[in-house]
Amino acid sequence: MTSVLRDIYNNVFEFVRTFGAFQLFFLRLVRHSPRMLLRRPGLVIKQVYNTGALSLVIIMVCGFFVGGVLALQGYANLARFNAEDSVGTVVALALIKELGPVITALLFAGRAGTALSSEIGLMKATDQLSAMEMMAVNPVRRVLVPRFVGGVISMPLLVAVFTCIGLFGADVVAVYLLSVDVGAFWQQMQLSVDIKDIQEGIFKSIVFGIVASLLAVWEGYNAIPTAEGVGRATTRTVVITAIAVLILDFMITAVML
Amino acid sequence: MEADSENLIEIRDLMYSRGARVIFKGLNLTIKRGEVTAFMGPSGTGKTTLLRLITRQLIPQQGAIYVNGVDIATLNQRKLYELRQRFGMLFQNGALLTDLNVFENVAFPLREHTKLTNRLIRHVVLTKLHAVGLRGAADMSPTELSGGMARRVALARAMVMDPDILIYDEPFVGLDPISMGVIVRLVRRMNDALGITSIVVSHDVAEVSTVADRSYLISDGKVAASGSPDELQAANSELVRQFMHGMADGPVAFHFDAPDYAEQLLGRDSE
Amino acid sequence: MQQTRSVEVGTGLFALLGISALFFLTTQTTGGDRFSADDTYEVEAWFDNVGSLKSRAPVAMSGVTIGRVTSVTFDAQRLQAKVVFEIDSKYGAIPDDSDASILTSGLLGSQYIGLQAGGSEDNLENGSEIFFVQDAIVLENLIGKFLVSSGSGDDE
Repeated sequence: MTSVLRDIYNNVFEFVRTFGAFQLFFLRLVRHSPRMLLRRPGLVIKQVYNTGALSLVIIMVCGFFVGGVLALQGYANLARFNAEDSVGTVVALALIKELGPVITALLFAGRAGTALSSEIGLMKATDQLSAMEMMAVNPVRRVLVPRFVGGVISMPLLVAVFTCIGLFGADVVAVYLLSVDVGAFWQQMQLSVDIKDIQEGIFKSIVFGIVASLLAVWEGYNAIPTAEGVGRATTRTVVITAIAVLILDFMITAVML
Repeated sequence: MEADSENLIEIRDLMYSRGARVIFKGLNLTIKRGEVTAFMGPSGTGKTTLLRLITRQLIPQQGAIYVNGVDIATLNQRKLYELRQRFGMLFQNGALLTDLNVFENVAFPLREHTKLTNRLIRHVVLTKLHAVGLRGAADMSPTELSGGMARRVALARAMVMDPDILIYDEPFVGLDPISMGVIVRLVRRMNDALGITSIVVSHDVAEVSTVADRSYLISDGKVAASGSPDELQAANSELVRQFMHGMADGPVAFHFDAPDYAEQLLGRDSE
Repeated sequence: MQQTRSVEVGTGLFALLGISALFFLTTQTTGGDRFSADDTYEVEAWFDNVGSLKSRAPVAMSGVTIGRVTSVTFDAQRLQAKVVFEIDSKYGAIPDDSDASILTSGLLGSQYIGLQAGGSEDNLENGSEIFFVQDAIVLENLIGKFLVSSGSGDDE
């Protein structure tokens, strides 16, 4: 009986400790970020390329089809009320406020997050981080900060691209496939989308960018430096990022409504 | 302890344990300026741990490590980094940065710590690569290199800041005889030509004998024997003989601690 | 250095694409900002029911947007909703007996204010009030009335 209690105590204690370490890690990254941006922009640019530019294809393809399927579903349901023209509104609000940021964050975790944590985990496993430490270079500053900042910069841009391509996909499906009037499609959208909706989407994309990049870097840095440990770290990156993004999405929406 | 005595590194009563496992219990040793010092010992005696302690990647629970007369446990991060710039370390697998090519790997410490112009960096890097015979591989990626080549590039990188102390972690492991010969020659030449102090961790008795001025045989958390290679060869302690001549059984038992053999084989089933 | 150049070009293209996407979203999907005038005057009107009229909703005359709603508030003393809207000063000659109705664009679209010109000699000016108003049509009420009237028609 006491051993069960002790186990619970130990687990809770360990959870609190990890959570605290995570906060401190976040603060450390944030503290170094502005200087990294000003003094070594080249390092950040390389990471924006790795996490952002290289994720573009998957983001665009997925965005197109998500927009398209929203138009199909929206049309099918709106047609029952003779309100097919509102399909633009439905698609735009769904993409801008919810699906754009959330799906982009999930794709980001799968494409860029795993790449980040496995790269950092492997650098740890092959002593590259120790080697830097021995060359009097702080690996947190030199390796983790540029990757974190790069991810944070990439995410809102990826979300914007995803949403635009999604609208374009919806336009293609609605106008060419379902023959909704193109003028009505855009006009209805413009009448009901408020600048506040876009602000909400941007805010979410910034939060998700911070969370997804932070988790990827954290998992990689704390990976057990073996092949198995690195593999586990990449899996954890995807799973934890997905959970965190969905929970945060709910919380932000609840607060903003 | 004076800074300019002939002892560059002194380790006093070092105690270190990881979890319940005691790795060092009262280790004492000194490393003399300008010599090649070797740490030898059976695997699992914590030789690599010792290197990490000397470079303060780990901190001892008790005892002290003095480098140039300064207790390194007392240094703050800035002072520590200043000290580390005077160390060059060669990791077991080279530990080259995989996102940079060979040239940029060697240039890395210069770019991080100096404000040299690109031309000057190019000059220094090519000189160091030439010294290890890999000037031609400057544009290659570390993943394209063989183990021996990677280690030579890592050596060029370790030297690029002109360190006072070069540390080699298992430099002879897993090399073909030619690469091994190259590394052995490089270790000796760097030491003598540049006036560097070298520390070599290895369990390769033959190679260490050709390269080291002084060897420490570490076993059971302490220095079991020390002296020049010849002195160690001649020593008549059982442990030293077992290690130097590679005998399977002796003070270091062939068998890991286990319950009685016959009992384990027969006992379980008969229950 | 070839490699760094392609990284820089790729990043540059990516950033341009992202920023133009953001620009597209903020300008092309919202209608709120389409009305912009440097010089406006404010007019108020009181309604019993504004429906789902929100601030920034357009104010139209003959179907052309001439202004937008700046605030929708409830006045506890008059027990009515007060709607303040601004009109571009270009359209200064609007009779002060014009009436304002809250209309819906399309069947389920968003609501806006439609102005219908009156015949007065005097024009609306900053701070004037429109007295002739028509409330928003609430669908439930309409259906309710329809049911009642058709029910009474069938009465035996």
